Amino acid sequence: MLKQVEGSQAVAEAVALCRPEVICAYPISPQTHIVEALGRMVTAGQIAPCEFINVESEFAAMSVAIGASAAGARAYTATASQGLLYMAEAVFNAAGLGLPIVMTVANRAIGAPINIWNDHTDALSQRDCGWIQLFAEDNQEALDLHIQAFRLGEELSLPVMVCMDGYILTHAYERVEVPRQEQVDAYLPRFEPRQVLDPAEPVSIGAMVGPEAFMEVRYLAHAKQQHALELIPAWAEEFRGVFGRETGGLMHLYRADDAETIIVALGSVLGTVEDTVDELRESGLRIGVLGLTCFRPWPHVAVRAALANARRVIVIEKSLAVGLGGIVSANVRGSYTGHPDDVHAVIAGLGGRPITKRSLHDVLRKAVSSELGPMTFLDLNREAVERVLAREREVRRSGPIAESVLRDLGVSALKIG
Amino acid sequence: MTDQPIKFYQTGTFTVGNRLLPPDQRSVQANMRRTNSLNSGHRACQGCGEALGARYAIDAAMEATGRRLIAANATGCLEVFSTPYPETSWQIPWIHSLFGNAAAVGTGIAAALRVKGQTDVRVIAQGGDGGTTDIGFACLSGMFERNDDVLYICYDNGGYMNTGVQRSSATPPAARTNTTMPVGKGTGSAFGMGKFVPAIAMAHDIPYVATATVADLRDLEAKIRRAMGFRGARYVHILVPCPLGWGHASDQTIRIARLARETGLFPEFEAESGEITRVTPIRHRLPVEEYLRPQHRFAHLFRDPPRTDLIRQIQAIADRNIRRYGLLEREEAG
Amino acid sequence: MFQVRIHGRGGQGVVTAAELLSIAAFREGRHAQAFPSFGSERTGAPVVAFCRIADSKIRNREPVIAPDAVIIQDPTLLHQVDVFGGMIRDAYILINTSRDFDALGLGDFLSGFRANHLCTVPASELAVRHVGKPVPNAALLGGFAALTGLLGIDSVVAAIREKFVERISEPNVAAAQEAFQLVREKTEALARAEAS
Repeated sequence: MLKQVEGSQAVAEAVALCRPEVICAYPISPQTHIVEALGRMVTAGQIAPCEFINVESEFAAMSVAIGASAAGARAYTATASQGLLYMAEAVFNAAGLGLPIVMTVANRAIGAPINIWNDHTDALSQRDCGWIQLFAEDNQEALDLHIQAFRLGEELSLPVMVCMDGYILTHAYERVEVPRQEQVDAYLPRFEPRQVLDPAEPVSIGAMVGPEAFMEVRYLAHAKQQHALELIPAWAEEFRGVFGRETGGLMHLYRADDAETIIVALGSVLGTVEDTVDELRESGLRIGVLGLTCFRPWPHVAVRAALANARRVIVIEKSLAVGLGGIVSANVRGSYTGHPDDVHAVIAGLGGRPITKRSLHDVLRKAVSSELGPMTFLDLNREAVERVLAREREVRRSGPIAESVLRDLGVSALKIG
Repeated sequence: MTDQPIKFYQTGTFTVGNRLLPPDQRSVQANMRRTNSLNSGHRACQGCGEALGARYAIDAAMEATGRRLIAANATGCLEVFSTPYPETSWQIPWIHSLFGNAAAVGTGIAAALRVKGQTDVRVIAQGGDGGTTDIGFACLSGMFERNDDVLYICYDNGGYMNTGVQRSSATPPAARTNTTMPVGKGTGSAFGMGKFVPAIAMAHDIPYVATATVADLRDLEAKIRRAMGFRGARYVHILVPCPLGWGHASDQTIRIARLARETGLFPEFEAESGEITRVTPIRHRLPVEEYLRPQHRFAHLFRDPPRTDLIRQIQAIADRNIRRYGLLEREEAG
Repeated sequence: MFQVRIHGRGGQGVVTAAELLSIAAFREGRHAQAFPSFGSERTGAPVVAFCRIADSKIRNREPVIAPDAVIIQDPTLLHQVDVFGGMIRDAYILINTSRDFDALGLGDFLSGFRANHLCTVPASELAVRHVGKPVPNAALLGGFAALTGLLGIDSVVAAIREKFVERISEPNVAAAQEAFQLVREKTEALARAEAS
């Protein structure tokens, strides 16, 4: 059924359709609407049987999900930013134990300085934990990816992170097609665990593994993610058959076939990028887009093929590896067969700074005229930065960094674009 | 002929305790059909109080639940010595997740069982004092607050023993650990610190809280059995001496535990919904020196000159426990 | 595509206004996107929300920089925040006030704009009368429907009823309908005056 709802609501309805059995969550902006909606549905009996547990921290949320999943229940939780970090130990634990938990990450920046707005630092900080990481381009895809995630996770016995941009998607009202229960039931069967705590057949889960076997255990984790690279597109195709739309899969290509310049990005910025690309195409530029849906496992072969004929690659990413540069761009560079210098990192949108078509036009024109360096911070206020650095050189007690910048910019609560 | 109750002080042994006791008071361990949930072959130290306590507690729980039990274990000695890869000594479904989340994992398991309608299967979450009073405290309190149907068992040996004897918030005052060395002005673990989690558990008004030691194994079994008769959050705190960490001979484990009770340093009681319901009285009260002397972790109190000031402070703690929990029968009180 | 920017203060239902616009557009079979600017929201602080309406899928997610219409829920923002920034020349402006544009100090600024795209409506007063609280968003949407003709008043009413329970929706519907009438009368009067 077609609905005009907030992204969080769409995700809650998708999760509800997947018949979760244990939902545990700790509130953190901007995920709160998702768990509130699910809580209402459980209380109203719309999801049954289901236990909704108000936990005392994100660490507890993931731990409760671990216990529930190990006991054979379909478990779900959601978090963002600081919460994801707080549960980091348990996040690695869930992947290592092979428990098919599904978690929504409402992507948000990580402090310090504290910032509640969108970027991809949180999810990407956990990129090596062993979870499958999928990024939604819009609210329809966010909804659909959750359904695919439960199926994927349970088949592989791996946890899956569905990432959607905090506020930009979670708090945006747009139209979505909410599937019927029969459709979801046809796609997602009952949870049949590969391992389960059962008094009738006791097993020990979570033993210590020493040097004699740890390498093999880790190799198997990697092999499982490689296997996911085959399953993800196959099941996205099956999804299309049941639900009638193309969502998920490893990536979405847009006007990339004959493109000389290809933009790579994840998440909601792809919408703005595609509009910009259409405008640039009208002025004759051969430019296209690789929208990555699956970040982990890294679709090396598919990325390599998609970028094979591109002369240059512009990675627009809402993430930064401090001290190194781009994160996504580093991964892309590893798959690009051209010269590494032809992969340009554009760090954009950190901490929720809007990415405008105007700025995209500007940076893409520079890219096409070969004026772009290996790494660019989009819309950086260079003067403000220089002033802070100069002050630090002159004065020992230069004060907290964030406050210096804010004072310098004279930021009011409101700047539009 | 009238029935005359006979007090058997030797019911802590196998010989008298089982042949002459009514069946419901016999130790589970003496039963040939005991489940041996923590089976032999584990790698615990000789004389490990935790291995003893866990074996008794889990077998008692298995009997009380008709062998329908799942356990979540925190990282620590028990987890490490019971599951040396590729073996496991556990005969029950068992999961080890992390150091600080045993209570939360237990919550999750209980939720899953409820959803599946398998409410006859019961859940134990267990860990040492480190994983309970420190790093696992938040999850423990959360489980209590929600009244999740989990029995949490804390095996308290007063320190992080698995990592080489470091101080926890359960380490008693003046005890030496590798992070509270009695050197210079140091007295060992500081006075005025530490927390007594059974009292904190009671403050949550959960259905059942009990303390026990491995010196009173029948009592321990009975408390586990009673705990399994309740639904909701329950907490059993067992004092388990650690020969290595405490510095006593490995054949003294049970005696040391008994001394902890008889000096008043470890109160044995039960509580329901925050109110104490039963106290195990001290039979023959002893001064705290009797407990401290046999343990090398307190050796610094007995050098030349002895630290009578610290011993007096420890005695005051024992006196306070006796008063607070009513550990002496009326005649001996005061 | 039609882009709306709504300015107000926290607690005045600015975000809800954008959402209701999007629901109204959806009910007319159009694509719509509504989202708030993501500032530190607290009661009384300036808040902006955006709504885009189009006949095909809306992909762009940047803030509305060049609005086709600006709704101002709180006139105290006029000289504090750049509420008119980026506005196209023929943009619609609807301000919640019982005063006129000259009294607000906007007479000169608006002199180059199409007069029948500009309107004021005392939405807070209407809200107090119908709803009992000065939350002007529903009334402003009724006025917006009349001013722009972009959405029918029936769609606005249906959106309000979809989002709120009857106890809350009906008074707001009444406020919206009265505002619709008021603005329609004003624009018709203006048209008659221009024609003569």
